[in-house]
Amino acid sequence: MILLARVSARGENVGYDNGVKLLTLLITIGTFAASLFAFAAFDFKNPEYQLQESIPWAFGASYAMGVDTLAMSLVMLTTFLTPICILASWVIEKQVSSYMVLFLILESLMIGVFCAQDIILFYVFFEAGLIPMFILIGVWGGERRVYAAFKFFLYTLLGSLLMLVAIIYMIAVAGTSNIPALTAFAQGGGFSPDVQIWLWLAFFASFAVKMPMWPVHTWLPDAHVEAPTAASVVLAAILLKMGGYGFLRFSLPMFPDASHYFQPFVFGLSVIAIVWASLVAFRQVDMKKLIAYSSVAHMGFVTLGIFSGNEQGIQGAIFQMLSHGIISGALFLCVGVVYDRMHTREIAFYGGLVNRMPVYAAVFMLFTMGNVGLPGTSGFPGEILTMVGAFQVNAWIAAAAALGVIFSAAYALTLYRKVALGNIENPKLDKIADLDAREWVQFVPLIIATLIMGLAPTYVFDFTANSAQTIISQFAGAAQ
Amino acid sequence: MNPVIDLSRDLPLARPELLLVAFALIGAVLGAWFKDRIFAALSTLGVIAILAAGMLAVALNPGAAVQIFQGALVVDGVAAFAKALIAIAAATTLALGADYFTTTKEQRFEFPILVALATLGMFVMVSAQDLITLYVGVELQSLAAYVLAAWRRDDARSSEAGLKYFVLSAISSGLLLFGSSFVYGFTGSIHFDAIAAAVGEGAGGIGLIFGLVLMLCALGFKMSAAPFHMWTPDVYEGAPTPITAFFAAAPKVAAVALMARLLYGPFADITAQWQQVVAALAAISMVWGSVAALIQTNLKRLMAYSSIGNMGFALMGLAAGTEQGPSSALIYLSLYLPSTIGMFALILAMRRDGESAETVADLAGLARKRPWMATIFTMLLFSVAGIPPFAGFIGKFAVFTATIDGHLYWLAILGGVAAVVAAAYYLRLVASIWFAPPAAELQSPSGAIMVTALASAALSFPVLVLLLGALQSAAESAVRMSFF
Repeated sequence: MILLARVSARGENVGYDNGVKLLTLLITIGTFAASLFAFAAFDFKNPEYQLQESIPWAFGASYAMGVDTLAMSLVMLTTFLTPICILASWVIEKQVSSYMVLFLILESLMIGVFCAQDIILFYVFFEAGLIPMFILIGVWGGERRVYAAFKFFLYTLLGSLLMLVAIIYMIAVAGTSNIPALTAFAQGGGFSPDVQIWLWLAFFASFAVKMPMWPVHTWLPDAHVEAPTAASVVLAAILLKMGGYGFLRFSLPMFPDASHYFQPFVFGLSVIAIVWASLVAFRQVDMKKLIAYSSVAHMGFVTLGIFSGNEQGIQGAIFQMLSHGIISGALFLCVGVVYDRMHTREIAFYGGLVNRMPVYAAVFMLFTMGNVGLPGTSGFPGEILTMVGAFQVNAWIAAAAALGVIFSAAYALTLYRKVALGNIENPKLDKIADLDAREWVQFVPLIIATLIMGLAPTYVFDFTANSAQTIISQFAGAAQ
Repeated sequence: MNPVIDLSRDLPLARPELLLVAFALIGAVLGAWFKDRIFAALSTLGVIAILAAGMLAVALNPGAAVQIFQGALVVDGVAAFAKALIAIAAATTLALGADYFTTTKEQRFEFPILVALATLGMFVMVSAQDLITLYVGVELQSLAAYVLAAWRRDDARSSEAGLKYFVLSAISSGLLLFGSSFVYGFTGSIHFDAIAAAVGEGAGGIGLIFGLVLMLCALGFKMSAAPFHMWTPDVYEGAPTPITAFFAAAPKVAAVALMARLLYGPFADITAQWQQVVAALAAISMVWGSVAALIQTNLKRLMAYSSIGNMGFALMGLAAGTEQGPSSALIYLSLYLPSTIGMFALILAMRRDGESAETVADLAGLARKRPWMATIFTMLLFSVAGIPPFAGFIGKFAVFTATIDGHLYWLAILGGVAAVVAAAYYLRLVASIWFAPPAAELQSPSGAIMVTALASAALSFPVLVLLLGALQSAAESAVRMSFF
């Protein structure tokens, strides 16, 4: 499956503009179909890694791939969203084929991150994803795109290189770079608590930047604002999930003692992120920036859930990651729709869109509600569960996080009111058109996914249950 | 040591060096006769001779280290590995230079001969087994390099580069001799084996360390490690671009291999003494190479600082003091070479009105004018910045592994930070290529240049990365044969 994605990424170079767009779309849909087949071949009662393949490489590392339910769910999210991103990129007009090639490379790298069974390979995919993203933001981005691209790249790289040093140390001590073997080694007490603290901090440096957690989140609003719509979607929906995935895959199972030790620290940062980012979001004048800060707040819930280390917390965190992937992706698409028409993201420019774009207003409404965490949308189960998980550890923290939910309602609804409701004040909006067919096709799968996940979250919970169980036992087991 | 030189045994093993000598001498005679008319033929012949010498060196690699000429030279794994790298780098840059000088009408027949002589000097350096051959090799390489730096006699910058290089390098040669005399004085021998034995018995003391440090400083100068790097940006900027490419590639390998031979051969028993010195050289080079490059606008000066930084990473591997140390440095260099040569090839390829690109701004908008060149350039830049999945990352990975294995954690973390700073200036080039609007029109590049660039791009990702296992085992077995 990954091979397919990589081959397609390499093979695509011919044709121009619309042909390229169509071809890319077909390839990404093909990849999604392939991932559905993989999904069908996947036995989700089995907590082991499945669908493994492995080709030896140098330094004792190998091209080892495989998925468990956690990885599988994120791969599905990736392959599901990429065709939608390609559709959203239909408006791109300069250097189309480079754009599409970069997007395909990016997709295959993201899948690679979630599937890698070898820690070196994981690192390779994790880092390599920076390259296409850097160029996507820098070439097709907004006015301050170069600044944003640099900031994005260098922030992430600094965190990652510290992680690399830790990875090499771990390999030197454990004598293997295979992730399950490393986990087993760590579970057997391979890393003493003192060592774990240093390793945990090195990994934290990388994942916290990626996540992004307060106070290293400042690259995110810049990158989001400047990136083209589809890149914003990928950034919010998938790249941010790599941080959470990393915590779940490495920090908790491999350094359980350090994770316990740092639990209050992470809780503190998460709560600050939730409250502070929500307040900042409230004051934004740029729609994308507002959604970017809301992403920071939502990721705060994810870290809160992950480090509570109990079933509700971790299940909720995974769910919140998937749900945020869909909802924030959809919100960026919503901004993209009006941006394509008016070429501004300033909130004050809009108002009364419901009069000219009733369908758009309804769609926007749905995802705003999802962002707020209204029951019935996918935003609700994740948020409530992470708070339940955190409550079991520390009631005050959960209470403070709940404050964030209220704030999120405040800023999200204010945004909606200012953009969609009221009368049209700005004469430039008189001629604005409602969603066209292409945009319809973008939104329908997202709407369906949001509602299914909101109304029947048990499907997702059942699917991710055994991954969550494994992580919980690994986290709790070594803590004794 | 044999009192008599057994020529029937020694001469065949010295065939790579003899081939280069033969080419240089015959070429000089022919050149004196035919003058510059035979530039093209001599250059082609030179490329063939250098490549053949490199292949011979690999083919002659015996199963164990063999000393020839009364122990003056050694033929072993590290020598063969380094010679192969040197030959490839020198031959490629010679081909690039021949191509370039043909277009600039500077076809002087001495060029291939000087490159061959410099290559010969490097071959002697990496095979040196006593202090005298070491010095002779270094000097032969340097003398050829001074002349090359001053290649454009009528150009003030080029003459200045040659003179500056000569004066500063002469000082470092003095240091090398001074240090060697200390080592000789305190151990009683010039031969590496005898020095190793004396050091192993505890001979020397402070005088020996004094000599060793002086020698390290001199070699640091030759490989342009900070704080002995001052000549590098000026010489790189002043010399014609293909000659800069030559300086940036082959001599680095020779100097690192020589330093490895010195540290892991005669001085292997006093690792603790030299480890701090090498680690400090590595740390200063990495940091200064990265930071100073940030403000450069001239491409060649930027490449100079980039090479300083990269030497820092190679030295970081050497500082490890374990078996992985020299092999990681060799791996690092073999992955650094294609990126560097490829980038110089592309800089040469971007010609406007006969002048190759000079400043970072000249790269602007390459992605829109020549998407393929831009893609290759970007790959090479990310490779040399050490971003996966390109080859440069593997090199960084190797030296980081060696450093951590040698318990130099502070150096590894510092290296990580330096790599981020370095990434910033490589990204500036990427940004110029992709984000900026196009600058003036380019002339179409010549065939040889594009072939070189393409080959190095292929080496920077698909080939070297996928076949890395072979490279790694070659480097490791070479090091094991030579030092352990």
